Amino acid sequence: MTTGFPPLLWRRFPERYTLAGNKCETCGTSYFPARKVCPNCRRRGKLVDESMPRKGKIVSWTQCFVGPTGFEHETPYFVAIIELENKVRLLAQLVDSDEKKVKTGACVEKVFRKINDADKSGPIAYGYKFKIVG
Amino acid sequence: MRSVSIIGAGLTTFGEHWEKSFRELIAEAGIQAIQDAGVSGGQIEAIYGGAMASGRFIGQEHIGALIADQLGLNPIPSVRLEAACASGGVALRNAYLAVASGMYDIVAVGGVEKMTEVSTEDAGFALGGAGDQETELFMGATFPALYALLARAHMEEFGTTEEQMAAVAVKNHKNAVNNPFAQYRREITIEDVMKSGYVASPLKLLDCSPITDGAAAVIIASSDVAKKVCENPVEILASEQASDSLALSKRKSLTELDATKVAVKQAYERTGLKAKDIDFAEVHDCFTINEILATEDLGFFKKGEGGKAVEKGKTALGGEIPVNTSGGLKAKGHPVGATGVAQAIEAYWQLRGAADKRQVKDAEYGLTHNVGGSGATAVVNIYRRLEK
Ligand SMILES: [Zn+2]
Repeated sequence: MTTGFPPLLWRRFPERYTLAGNKCETCGTSYFPARKVCPNCRRRGKLVDESMPRKGKIVSWTQCFVGPTGFEHETPYFVAIIELENKVRLLAQLVDSDEKKVKTGACVEKVFRKINDADKSGPIAYGYKFKIVG
Repeated sequence: MRSVSIIGAGLTTFGEHWEKSFRELIAEAGIQAIQDAGVSGGQIEAIYGGAMASGRFIGQEHIGALIADQLGLNPIPSVRLEAACASGGVALRNAYLAVASGMYDIVAVGGVEKMTEVSTEDAGFALGGAGDQETELFMGATFPALYALLARAHMEEFGTTEEQMAAVAVKNHKNAVNNPFAQYRREITIEDVMKSGYVASPLKLLDCSPITDGAAAVIIASSDVAKKVCENPVEILASEQASDSLALSKRKSLTELDATKVAVKQAYERTGLKAKDIDFAEVHDCFTINEILATEDLGFFKKGEGGKAVEKGKTALGGEIPVNTSGGLKAKGHPVGATGVAQAIEAYWQLRGAADKRQVKDAEYGLTHNVGGSGATAVVNIYRRLEK
């Protein structure tokens, strides 16, 4: 079984490369991935494209010792919920980081990496991961 | 809205049923439930089934028609509902709505999952469908990892400990010893849990519910009909459901499940009851942290006090509010689509005084809490014995 269906991969290339999201001008809330409707404002919302900041901090984290298909060779690896500087939260893998520095509140920065090696015959999945800075 | 009651129940044992197929499991539970209700198949007007991922587990979809056929109930309408691990709870709720509305008088509800026929990796991928595949599972999160993120947030905010989470598993295993339907009928110790090895830190193997085969079924009826056909019906006083973001990272808080809070608030409003009126609860302990979150979000304990409560025995049989007398998902087992219906069966047995050695004394009001995914769906039901 594969975790990266090809249509899912190519359809999401731009946002996974650049953290392209959007923002509601009515209430000021940013969204990643981009939304088609602002849940706060719905019909009154006005969504415009916005790139997410590259930096944020760890809100919660875990170290995975059992990986799903495509991640078996990476265990143990860290996964975190990250709050970006514009308050948008996302889930991503932590890489290139000193294990002892993996803590709630630690500052992180986006890096560009291969996501997994699930499907040898299909396209390679690239996208964002984060590393601890400072 | 009409009053609705459970009039019969059927349950297979939970575990690895290598000798029985999906259709045999659901037929076994369904036939038992119809016999227990004392109605004839011809009186049943519709079927609501819950199954999460039968396509991935056994390659079979179109479960509604399969159930009707296997129970010999064609040509009545039959549907399968899916809400991840809350599929059974959502099936029961929709059946309840159909009877409450006056559309039907007697309806069958089933829940089933056959999870052991694929590898652990493939089962993990199937269960991953309960979360946000595109933005979270794709990035390397697993289901244990999502609950581990909730666990760490709770530990850091309230000082909840790994030992307190372990105490949930220890209690539920102890309860399961007295449940002949449970997958693991043996006690474990805090030390066993602590030594069981991290799956996703801080959660260890024995913090996680197992992979399970099993089926559960109930027959429900309008309470007017229930009084005529059943000695001892159990009324469903409320059945409420709420939704939240599929992605865990988009939740308002990582120390509560908002869908649980919304659903239970509506259930308390509908019944006029408060948390302190509830005598026992079956809650969704897919991971031990979720029982701690649930006992807080359902209002049994203040936010942040759930870990201490289980450690002090407040949720044990004989405690302030017994939780998961059946052994819970942890020790009874968690055939995902069946779980919500199996929880209702424990409530039904408890309120009829039929829970044997795990009976809660003088139980008047019971509550069940079924969660889909990491909290994107929650279903909360409240029950009591039907007054004649
Ligand atoms: Zn807005």
